[in-house]
Amino acid sequence: MFTLQAVGKTFPNGLRALDGISAEIGAGEFVALLGPSGCGKSTLLRLLAGLDQPSDGRIGWEGGMPPGPGEIGFVFQDATLLPWADVAGNVFLPLRLRGVGRAEAAPRIAAMLEQVGLGAFAQAMPHTLSGGMRMRVSIARALISAPRLLLMDEPFAALDEFTRHKLQEDLRGLWRRSGKTVMFVTHSIYEAAFLASRILVMSPRPGRIAADLSTSLPDGPERRGCPEYAALVADITETFRRVMPA
Amino acid sequence: MNRSLERAAPFLFGLIGLALWQGAVWALAVPAYVLPGPLAIGAAYLGDYRVLDPALLSTLTVTLTALAAATAIGVTLAVAMSASALFRAAIQPWAVILQVTPVVAIAPLIIIWVNQPFIALVVCATIVAFFPILSNTAAGLAATPPELLDLFRLNGASRWQMLFLLRLPSALPAFLVGLRISGTLALVGAVVAEFVAGSGGFASGLAYSIIEASYRLEIPRMFAALVLLGVSGIMIYTALGLLARFLLRRRGSA
Repeated sequence: MFTLQAVGKTFPNGLRALDGISAEIGAGEFVALLGPSGCGKSTLLRLLAGLDQPSDGRIGWEGGMPPGPGEIGFVFQDATLLPWADVAGNVFLPLRLRGVGRAEAAPRIAAMLEQVGLGAFAQAMPHTLSGGMRMRVSIARALISAPRLLLMDEPFAALDEFTRHKLQEDLRGLWRRSGKTVMFVTHSIYEAAFLASRILVMSPRPGRIAADLSTSLPDGPERRGCPEYAALVADITETFRRVMPA
Repeated sequence: MNRSLERAAPFLFGLIGLALWQGAVWALAVPAYVLPGPLAIGAAYLGDYRVLDPALLSTLTVTLTALAAATAIGVTLAVAMSASALFRAAIQPWAVILQVTPVVAIAPLIIIWVNQPFIALVVCATIVAFFPILSNTAAGLAATPPELLDLFRLNGASRWQMLFLLRLPSALPAFLVGLRISGTLALVGAVVAEFVAGSGGFASGLAYSIIEASYRLEIPRMFAALVLLGVSGIMIYTALGLLARFLLRRRGSA
């Protein structure tokens, strides 16, 4: 559905951040981009979103079209909500920017807030919410425009462990119900193993895809404790040991 | 209890200070032409309010007109500077030059050039007042979170949507800080300009009342005009603080 062909990125200062990245992202996949800090994961995500242009190679939908307005949902590391708008106003923003009226959008906003578990908080102001709740608003904002591809840049890295686990479980549930295509940047092996249906392991300087793993773990509450999960974590760890420069 | 005592503290302190002042003036028999006591100042105001009140009104009119002009000019320039690096490079040094030149030094020139006295006073006060609004608003616009700019771009936002739905609301807290500084500076600028204009014979505002009273050695009346200026300054500062609190009430302290 989404294609990267020999994508590379060189920064103006001469640093080669990404090199020869090729991948096909299928519809409905949950892809984790896993790698250490500085391996170009976030740079790659910005290229996918069309926020930056690659130095070489091609990125786009199958057929070559680049992503258009509203086709990409983006969740940043911080929730980055508008502090002057309430929760509903923040979720409304992407629709508002594309000229949808408030009355027309209202039922969609209410349904979306219900989906992320914030049905009762439509009128709450961002500064009254916890970090986890703010991140839920951010996810709702990214999904409201019904994007074809959801990009997430280490969205749970700043949350405490309990909140992170809860949000991971809810995100996984959301993905299973909606069938969205998701690209999720993380530097946590455990997070990638828990969430993803496919893991792209990246190695640094310049950023390359070092391994492409498909996962098949049983779903359900025991997912984090099952032997397949432990085996997958061990497998990824071993992959890193092989591909990381000393 | 503790809270209300804290609220009342500046007033209690002021009253005690006034009482000590009045007591010292009585005890030491200081003549009113050197230092009048608070009672003499109050009496001077009651005797002269027919002159002092219009003078106060005139000074406040200049101040608030200048503050409005400074806001319009400062915000417009800040937006233009944030939109174009070329414009920023062209404007910034001139804004700084205007800011560092003492207004007393250019006021005579402006009063000669602009032969309508009220407008001349407003121009002087505006020159003094616009810089904090310009620099704070520019800093606020530049501090717009880059992720939010990205989010707007991803959703195909136009330049105007970016400006009105993101950049200006983001810059509002910084603008309000600048506005509060500019409010008191506009009063200073108005009084300085009135002094210059007053020594050239143009009778207007509290500054002229002060000059006139000093020529006649009517020191209590001079103090009465000073008190009116001080109270005006505090009221402008407080009012702009309340405005900021009202406009930012839903955002939380962050």
